[in-house]
Amino acid sequence: MSELRFTKDHEWIRVEDGDVYAIGITAFAQGQLGDVVFVELPEVGKKVAKGGQAAVVESVKAASDIYAPVSGTVVAANDALAGEPGLVNADPTGAGWFFKMKATDTAEFQDLMDQAAYDAFVASLG
Amino acid sequence: MAQSETPPEALQKTPLHALHVALGAKMVPFGGYDMPVQYPTGILAEHLHTRSGAGLFDVSHMGQVTLHGSDAVAALETLVPGDLAILKEGAIRYSMFTDDAGGILDDLMITQRGTSLFLVVNAGCKLADIAHMQAKIGRRTNVEYHEDRALLALQGPAAAAVMARLAPNAAGQKFMTFRTGDVAGIPCFFTRSGYTGEDGYEISVPAARAADLATALLAEAEVKPIGLGARDSLRLEAGLCLYGHDIDTTTSPIEADLAWSISKRRRTEGGFPGAARIQRELAQGPARRRVGILPDGRAPAREGTEIVDANGAKIGTVTSGGFGPSVNAPISMGYVAGAFAAPGTPIGLVVRGKTMPARVASMPFAPHRYFRG
Repeated sequence: MSELRFTKDHEWIRVEDGDVYAIGITAFAQGQLGDVVFVELPEVGKKVAKGGQAAVVESVKAASDIYAPVSGTVVAANDALAGEPGLVNADPTGAGWFFKMKATDTAEFQDLMDQAAYDAFVASLG
Repeated sequence: MAQSETPPEALQKTPLHALHVALGAKMVPFGGYDMPVQYPTGILAEHLHTRSGAGLFDVSHMGQVTLHGSDAVAALETLVPGDLAILKEGAIRYSMFTDDAGGILDDLMITQRGTSLFLVVNAGCKLADIAHMQAKIGRRTNVEYHEDRALLALQGPAAAAVMARLAPNAAGQKFMTFRTGDVAGIPCFFTRSGYTGEDGYEISVPAARAADLATALLAEAEVKPIGLGARDSLRLEAGLCLYGHDIDTTTSPIEADLAWSISKRRRTEGGFPGAARIQRELAQGPARRRVGILPDGRAPAREGTEIVDANGAKIGTVTSGGFGPSVNAPISMGYVAGAFAAPGTPIGLVVRGKTMPARVASMPFAPHRYFRG
């Protein structure tokens, strides 16, 4: 099973290959957002600092920013979301991934919450 | 949507509050009330169900008011530009309270009931509306606020079949008319009207019987509960204004493209607040106009989005916008300078710093399907 970490903004980040990570939003986040109708993805090659705005997800209700969980360069974007934004609701940690980044410092990944810590964080939100 | 800053403990509850919670609704503040924004199926499914079956909406937060007495029609005509004298018993008009500058204080539905007028006004404005009527026409008509009544909307193509089973007196009722009668054995008033663009009814019921009525309606196979989220996307697709967003005291009825609601007699005679401005705008055209907007791309342009011309100069602002589930595309409405108001006019929408191409579009975005008999 591939290694997975989480942010307090309810994003997940998964090791793809060495210092390349896939990023998306959690099942909890898609449930809070409701039906996703549009995702604005970053351009490949864009450099983003940890915590910087990297993408936008829009539900019927509102637009929400997606932040980069680690610093690095965008190396891929999930173009399938343009035609089928509902993938974010249907399969948030699989086919509903947003973009991939090549990280500048893999230690930033290790500092994020693991599954148990994230589950406890979500439970603490009541 | 106008979500007030009221802390949760200060929010009012409608008579259906416990039912919403039991149905699993996500509750949000709206107009001073704790209201369901969506149920577990979600806004998209609720919206599409209303356009294919029948949706039940709790609109009990809205104000229900009766103006009593033989002078009520003439008195209310001094506050609204709608033609009330022409209304036959049982007929309904959409109109608006205007202020002395020709701005809109609230929009409302007015039913002629023979010896009285029955009004439905917006939740966030109702106390101000009642105070306004008491101050301006309270000596000519007795203003009665029905705090003891709830209001349910049953909307969608299956609404008539549901009412045919539960409300014998609904048979043959036409759009924008009022009747009284039992619904599921409960004495009610009901109008064939609504704010979704679909055929449907609004049912006024004593608060103590509201949960019984809602439960009876939800027991019908075609009926599902619908929250404020879908109510907003439905009315936006229908091209209908939301008070506090698309219309307010800074917009006139003519700018808001509501001139159709003002008859020839009232245009000529005036006699309502702000008549001079409204007559001038009818003659010369308003400086800006509310229009529909279709973005070329998929990104929704929401309330507050700046509208620009080909040179990037600001020509207006989006007042409502989002995704239209039945249109399956982003849709918006907003105000643009008069020269840009024709359908098809190319415009730009500044979304997150980037100018997105869009076009002015005629409304409604989804066709109205009212029952005109």
